[in-house]
Amino acid sequence: MEVKEFTAASFYRFLDRKKLMGSKCKKCGALFLPPRPFCGQCLENEMEWFQFSGRGKLISYSVVRVGTTMYEEKGYGRDTPYCWGLVQLDEGPRISALLLGADLSRPDSITIGQSLEAIFPDKREEEGERNPVTFRLE
Amino acid sequence: MVRRAKKLTRGVAVIGAGMSHFGAFKEKDSRDLFVEAFQAVLGTVQKGIDPREIEAIYVGNLSSDCFEGQAHVAPIMAEWVGLNPRPATRTEDACASSGVALREGIIAVASGLYDIVLVGGVESMNKLTTARVTDILAAAADAIYEVSVGATFPSLYAQIATVHMDKYGTTEEQLMKVAIKNHDNGALNPKAHFTSSIRDLMNSRIARAKQKGQPIPSWTDEMEFLKDPSANPIVAWPIKLFDCSPITDGAACAILVAEDIARNFTDEPIHVIGTGQASDAQALHGRKDITSLTASKLAAEQAYEMAGVTPKDIQLAEVHDCFTIAEVVATEDLGFFKPGEGSRAAEEGKTARDGEKPINTSGGLKSKGHPVGATGVGQLVEVWEQMSGHAGQRQVARVNLALAHNVGASGSTVVVHIFERR
Repeated sequence: MEVKEFTAASFYRFLDRKKLMGSKCKKCGALFLPPRPFCGQCLENEMEWFQFSGRGKLISYSVVRVGTTMYEEKGYGRDTPYCWGLVQLDEGPRISALLLGADLSRPDSITIGQSLEAIFPDKREEEGERNPVTFRLE
Repeated sequence: MVRRAKKLTRGVAVIGAGMSHFGAFKEKDSRDLFVEAFQAVLGTVQKGIDPREIEAIYVGNLSSDCFEGQAHVAPIMAEWVGLNPRPATRTEDACASSGVALREGIIAVASGLYDIVLVGGVESMNKLTTARVTDILAAAADAIYEVSVGATFPSLYAQIATVHMDKYGTTEEQLMKVAIKNHDNGALNPKAHFTSSIRDLMNSRIARAKQKGQPIPSWTDEMEFLKDPSANPIVAWPIKLFDCSPITDGAACAILVAEDIARNFTDEPIHVIGTGQASDAQALHGRKDITSLTASKLAAEQAYEMAGVTPKDIQLAEVHDCFTIAEVVATEDLGFFKPGEGSRAAEEGKTARDGEKPINTSGGLKSKGHPVGATGVGQLVEVWEQMSGHAGQRQVARVNLALAHNVGASGSTVVVHIFERR
């Protein structure tokens, strides 16, 4: 599959191929996750793809019991909460991610700073729907 | 590059500010709410004003498009208050929409283009289910990278709360104190969405249980009530129901004029002496630190610099408490308290009506209500009432210098204004 443009469409296509891809500015070396075509640091637009290791640490989180319609339709709700948070990748940038592997009945058992790893669940949503960025608490 | 000090090229004054009742009004549309706010503002102009003197109108609105199926709301608001064919412009910066409308009105008068403008905001949210409202509000976050992982507004502010708790030791109990304080204020505001204190709410539930012969809850004070998950369920841990502002319908309006004609309308104009606005990454993950909102700090810095005042000088502030943690962070970002000390300041009563820095005497978004597009000008209504001595039971001692702080989304837009009574 040909992936060229630094767009969300490319990002999610890579994610389906189990790769967490961002962009790197060829001029100043700044890293961007999710990818973008234009460097917010040096204002140049010479980017290249950069694959992240998928390892990082937890910055913040929330256990959600009143979700959006999209998440309610996936079966989440007051008695079946989900957790999402911010992950700081070992390489520096941060990303928002759905977080798996935590005991959601005890939100305070989750520790800020704990290690995480990106996981790539098989795509089971209807054709065209994007799989969310997902990490597992180690 | 030498940065030129920002200033308004001519002075701008507020000659009146008024709002509709805030609440849940399924039978009313945006235009009805706006008419109510317009009639209210006309009633606040001391020497009266012929509305035909208004030259332009700026209206903040987040999403009548989705809430009511109505786009292009500004000309309709102008039409319903009899102001067609004057230019009518809508501003949309999420929950800062009317703070930005206010700023655009100020800039328009300061530029010399107009002498008299109407600024306002409106939102009608209660015709939809809570789930749909959650979706529409979430669209003000990053739809591609935040909403996709399940972000909702309570859970975005929960991210800020978990980091603030981890870094500074802020507690859930301290946040509850913010809710109690704001409901105490809202209980004294006849136009607020919630006009009862949390203690009154607790007592009425106990009374209802007695009346129905149900088990009587054992709450002895507000804190016990708020710690009971059956009364205060988790929405997005650590944010609970009573940490959240409600889904509100309402509108607010203010009239701005060139300073040199202000006294034709009132002997007590309120002068706009500082305005600031900043933007930031829409997604929380695009920011280096989320224990504070960088855009709040920058907008405040601009406003303080233009006004030539410091945070110490501010006698009263309406800040954007869409969630209790947001009020804590705002009081730190605005320089009222040191980073990490906002929650303790609230706990110690420093932000109460009789405290050293009264915050959200209106009841704030928490209790007065949060019709998102109307909130920014709604804050000005409280500043106006306090400064002109018309805040009734909420009145704090003479206020000569006040600040309003309005946030869009999780801090990707912030607008700050400073007002002076001379």
